[in-house]
Amino acid sequence: MNWTALTVFICLFAAVTVIGFLAARWKAASLDHLHEWGLAGRRFGTLITWFLLGGDLYTAYTFIAVPALVFGAGALGFFALPYTLMVFPFVYLVFPRLWSVAHRHGYVTASDFVRARYDSGLLALLVALTGILATMPYIALQLVGIQVVIGAMGFTGSGLLGALPLVVAFGVLAAYDYSSGIRAPAMIAVAKDLLIYLVIIAAVIVIPAQLGGYGHIFAAIPASKLLLKPPVPGNLGTYSAYATLALGSALALFLYPHSVTGLLSASNRNVIKRNMALLPAYSLVLALIAFLGYMAIAAGVAQNPAYTAFFKQYGTNFAVPALLLHSFPDWFVGVSFAAIAIGALVPAAIMSIASANLFTCNIYKEYLKRDATPQQQARTAKLVSLLVKVGALCFIVFVPEQYAIQFQLLGGLWIIQTLPAVVVGLYTRWFHRWALVAGWLVGMICGTWMAATQGFNSSIYPLHMGSLTVPGYAALYSLVANFAIAIVGTLVFRLLNAPAGEDATAPADYVHDVA
Amino acid sequence: MQTAESRSPLARVLWILFLLSPFVGALWVPLYNRVDPTLGGIPFFYWFQFVWIIVTAVVTGVAYWRRV
Repeated sequence: MNWTALTVFICLFAAVTVIGFLAARWKAASLDHLHEWGLAGRRFGTLITWFLLGGDLYTAYTFIAVPALVFGAGALGFFALPYTLMVFPFVYLVFPRLWSVAHRHGYVTASDFVRARYDSGLLALLVALTGILATMPYIALQLVGIQVVIGAMGFTGSGLLGALPLVVAFGVLAAYDYSSGIRAPAMIAVAKDLLIYLVIIAAVIVIPAQLGGYGHIFAAIPASKLLLKPPVPGNLGTYSAYATLALGSALALFLYPHSVTGLLSASNRNVIKRNMALLPAYSLVLALIAFLGYMAIAAGVAQNPAYTAFFKQYGTNFAVPALLLHSFPDWFVGVSFAAIAIGALVPAAIMSIASANLFTCNIYKEYLKRDATPQQQARTAKLVSLLVKVGALCFIVFVPEQYAIQFQLLGGLWIIQTLPAVVVGLYTRWFHRWALVAGWLVGMICGTWMAATQGFNSSIYPLHMGSLTVPGYAALYSLVANFAIAIVGTLVFRLLNAPAGEDATAPADYVHDVA
Repeated sequence: MQTAESRSPLARVLWILFLLSPFVGALWVPLYNRVDPTLGGIPFFYWFQFVWIIVTAVVTGVAYWRRV
């Protein structure tokens, strides 16, 4: 047991817990209303939105899994760089429109918007269910991040006793989430970011100095990992995989409910645009985090007998904790592990709030209790956010971790299927609502099938076009199928004169702003 | 200052293309999948993508400054 690290870890964790409970009083308003509990009354300015979105998008799983992929697979793991750099221009162009129309009509979720735009309860329900389904394993994966660092400090027990620290951490999270709503992760995100920046800056200065500089680090990387394998005749290989993974992930990111919740809690349209100009600062941090994977190779942690048992238990996910243990004094290991664990709480909190918003607005209010009072809605959302966390916890404790990872992989393939309804819907109502339902269905089946052919271990599907094989991200391929069906379906439904429903929004709503 | 709505359609299309220009560098993998030229021992593959992040930040920054 590493007592120094553990003490520092517990102190930081306790400090953050206090912040979480105090958050309820910040920008005070009655938390008995869903738009206050779940969106903080849409009052977050530039700075808080920056921390919130950054805390939201760069999860504990990012800090563990991106370097782990680089550690294991080399250059391919760096697809996270083109991915995050493409996200921000795309969101800059598209999502201010969602903020505007949602602000104008009081929508809390993307599904609310779809309901009003297409006058289709079914389409809205599908969008909501896809969101909840894609978010659940994501929350579970945050726990994997916490589990690895807790294990690294010496809690390696298995079964219920081994899960105890996790249960405590999540219990604390659930309690302040319940009482403070989205204000809690927004305030904790500030503390989280300061810690993460501190750790990363220390890591990129101290560790390369120990290892003899970046030149030495790269010299230690095997040639097979240093670059992407070039295509061979008849197969585009990792080139197409790298580009489609980056593009598909970029298109999918802001369709996740937790991203939408982060965006809609902004106080005006300009806050979103300004953030899209500022958020690439996080991409730089992500690039540095990815380099940690190479530092771990250069430091030879995998060959260190002290870590053998951990690598056996956690796989490449142990690369970053091992590197930190190897390079830093115990007290700073405590700081950096706390940064990772707190980094898990922020996104886990926002994700469960976003799922609760979806369930309350688009399932409970729509199908279970149409005349629900605002108090009943807020109470339902709070309860659902608890249930979602318990579900995620059970998933991690009782189901092999591999399933959470595979399920999250599927989540990415599923959530992108809402793009035609949500993103295209922000510009035009050309698609027929029933065609969008058909496209969604085909996209879901197609994406899941592609992943199944890979044994759910990879989201890269080798598409055969004549004699050419183009391995690519299944999300992008299934999205193309989705669009094809939606286009053909729209033409067919038009020919049949199928009713298109009423549009509850007006063109001016999409550019509306508050002064 | 012009706003998004008061611009001509051509200007708006050009601004959209400007905002999407980072995609070209990001998706053109053969362009940067190489070791040379290295920068302080870092292969081109890595420092190019690092620099490209900064380019993207400048692009979105300019777009914000010009109120696109």
